[in-house]
Amino acid sequence: MAESIPAIEVTGLTKRYGPLQTGLLAVDHADFEVQRGEVFGFLGPNGAGKTTTIRMLTGLTRPTDGQARVLGLDLSRYLPRIKKQVGVVPENSNLYDELSARDNLIFMGQLYGVPRRDRGPRADELLHRFRLWERRDTRFARLSRGMKRALMVAAALVHRPRLLFLDEPTVGLDVVSARSLRALIEGLREEGVTVFLTTHYLEEADRLCDRVALIVQGRIVALDTVEGLKARVRRGATVKMRLASSSGEELRCFHGEDVEVALRLALAHAESEGQQIMAVNTLQPTLEDAFIELTGLRAEVMRTEKGGR
Amino acid sequence: MIGDDLRGIFYVALKDMRAYYLKPPNISWGLLFPGALILAFAIRTPGDMRTLAPGLVAMAALFSATSMEAIVITFEQRVGALERLLLAPLTLPAMLAGKVLGGVLFGLLIGGAVLVSVIAGFGLEGWRLGPALAALLLATTAFSALGAFVSVAVQEVFEAQTLANFIRFPMIFLCGVFVPLAELPPALQLLARALPLTYSVEALHAALLGPLSWQMALDLGALLAFALLLFALAVVILRRRMD
Repeated sequence: MAESIPAIEVTGLTKRYGPLQTGLLAVDHADFEVQRGEVFGFLGPNGAGKTTTIRMLTGLTRPTDGQARVLGLDLSRYLPRIKKQVGVVPENSNLYDELSARDNLIFMGQLYGVPRRDRGPRADELLHRFRLWERRDTRFARLSRGMKRALMVAAALVHRPRLLFLDEPTVGLDVVSARSLRALIEGLREEGVTVFLTTHYLEEADRLCDRVALIVQGRIVALDTVEGLKARVRRGATVKMRLASSSGEELRCFHGEDVEVALRLALAHAESEGQQIMAVNTLQPTLEDAFIELTGLRAEVMRTEKGGR
Repeated sequence: MIGDDLRGIFYVALKDMRAYYLKPPNISWGLLFPGALILAFAIRTPGDMRTLAPGLVAMAALFSATSMEAIVITFEQRVGALERLLLAPLTLPAMLAGKVLGGVLFGLLIGGAVLVSVIAGFGLEGWRLGPALAALLLATTAFSALGAFVSVAVQEVFEAQTLANFIRFPMIFLCGVFVPLAELPPALQLLARALPLTYSVEALHAALLGPLSWQMALDLGALLAFALLLFALAVVILRRRMD
């Protein structure tokens, strides 16, 4: 029964900074549910309200209006109980520079009430799992950016949370570290941990998320599975062909109302031009196409932010 | 929930002691500073230095309880490490209480070392250590709460230091150590009564040199009131900033 209750239920969640009437509206009447065990993506450009939503759902800031239930508990009444079951990886590295990797994990275990006998073994298990064992005695300040990020995730898992908030987990990471972190997130899904992930990397959301909410200027403009979002922009079909002739090779795309029509157009073109067909691909809409269609924003807005890849 | 808060207060203070306070530069500065004060007083007043003992202990407690704490809180606030604590099952007052406890422990460590030194060095009776420690505990609690209040009111470390000095140095000159309170103009006497260092010096004076009296109990009560008021103000300011 408990497992059928959504991990997060949000109704009319609103955050306004500054004066009630004229202040900045960071989140504007957001409504959504996150099901248990899913990886839920919150996708939007800088300043869209992603981090503010996480701050409200983790009790760091109070909503101006609206209700939220986390793991079945009313956020406004049961925050301490909720915090015990939730892990958070903030966007910025904020573990303790002066403490070693292992001591940071032990400290988190102390704060979350992990029994004394379990703290050390749990810290060691996470250090192994996140490939930080060799650096266990290194001060946090001296770890590489990728290692810091991995330790942040490990720190959020010390108390075995049922729900994990990840705020822009791969921003600023090199390709290898980002890939490694994404593999860890996929591993958490397999363990049944619900993951609430904010990101502005479209391909990251495409790869990791079961469902995605698109948020722009504080408003959720679309919420669906990744495939569902892509289907919304599936207008017709595109066939891409590599064609060869005596003058050389060329790539051409042919659009039709469905794949069959597009393919007939392509074949007719090749025949009329006397070209040889070397390769044929049908192009599927990407999450980027869906994002552009549904938000009215250009994908470059997301790519160029925060050192986007 | 109370259990979570109490555990959090303890571990936050413990972490701060390990990560910041118990570093050799802090301890050596904490001991050098009162040492320099004693030397300065000895040169200025070569006669009976016993009367300066309460002021020395109080000032050592003031600087040790406020200086590092103001840096710790402001720094952690700026890098987001303070927020990290609030993500744990810990209320905001409990988190801040942990920070204050760190300042109190360091203040007791340094102030206690100076206290034992003056009792031994000036030949004071041993039984005075108990009441003096009680006065020192309440004084460091009030000073540490002052440090918390100062650091949540600003954003940068240098601003915290500036604001702390803006409050600390007038307190030193008005607390009765350099000029007896009775000899100050009425307006400054009134101002001195609004500062916790004055009550610390009076309470430590009674504990170390004078008879224990109701006046000392009133001084301790005033220190407790300062501690509670400054702590409550710090909680309110920090909560507003978080929202």
